[in-house]
Amino acid sequence: MKIGRVAGTVVSTISHPIYDARRLLLCDLLDADGEDAGGYLICVDTIGAGAGETVLIIDEGNSARQVVGDLNAPIRAVIVGIVDELQVEGDARQV
Amino acid sequence: MLLAEVTGTVVASVKYQGLEGVRFLIVQPLDRDRHPQGRQVVAADAVSMAGPGELVYIVGSREAALAMPEPFVPVDHAVVGIVDHVERPS
Repeated sequence: MKIGRVAGTVVSTISHPIYDARRLLLCDLLDADGEDAGGYLICVDTIGAGAGETVLIIDEGNSARQVVGDLNAPIRAVIVGIVDELQVEGDARQV
Repeated sequence: MLLAEVTGTVVASVKYQGLEGVRFLIVQPLDRDRHPQGRQVVAADAVSMAGPGELVYIVGSREAALAMPEPFVPVDHAVVGIVDHVERPS
């Protein structure tokens, strides 16, 4: 799993039917310190994450398909949690 | 899933079985600032509506084939949506 920060919402009218009624969020990837790691992912939101929040992302197809409940879904990245705090080597960091 | 820009189309009259009628596009993967990132790839068009110049999002690997009408086809990238815009909080 990866840690990211929600940077925005991807608005798409024409898409594969599996994306109908699902929110797509553009998430910047973070490192273990909560700092920007440079990359990004477009993720399906399953929990109602909002802009600026630090989130937990699954970037693996089989897990993502289980989360969305469709074993043929062409979805790879899914937001599965909102991160409150990171603890790295004993140092707690609110994110 | 990543952003990409459609830069061209591929016409192939002879294709593997299951790919009949599938459109192929040349897409340039983009970084979050929409600058080109990596090499262009050929992606199957799972929405059948994307065209050159459009901002789309793509999936790779196994998920790409799952986006197609026949899910056991040799496809490794697929366009699964056309981006209208990205809303960023100010």
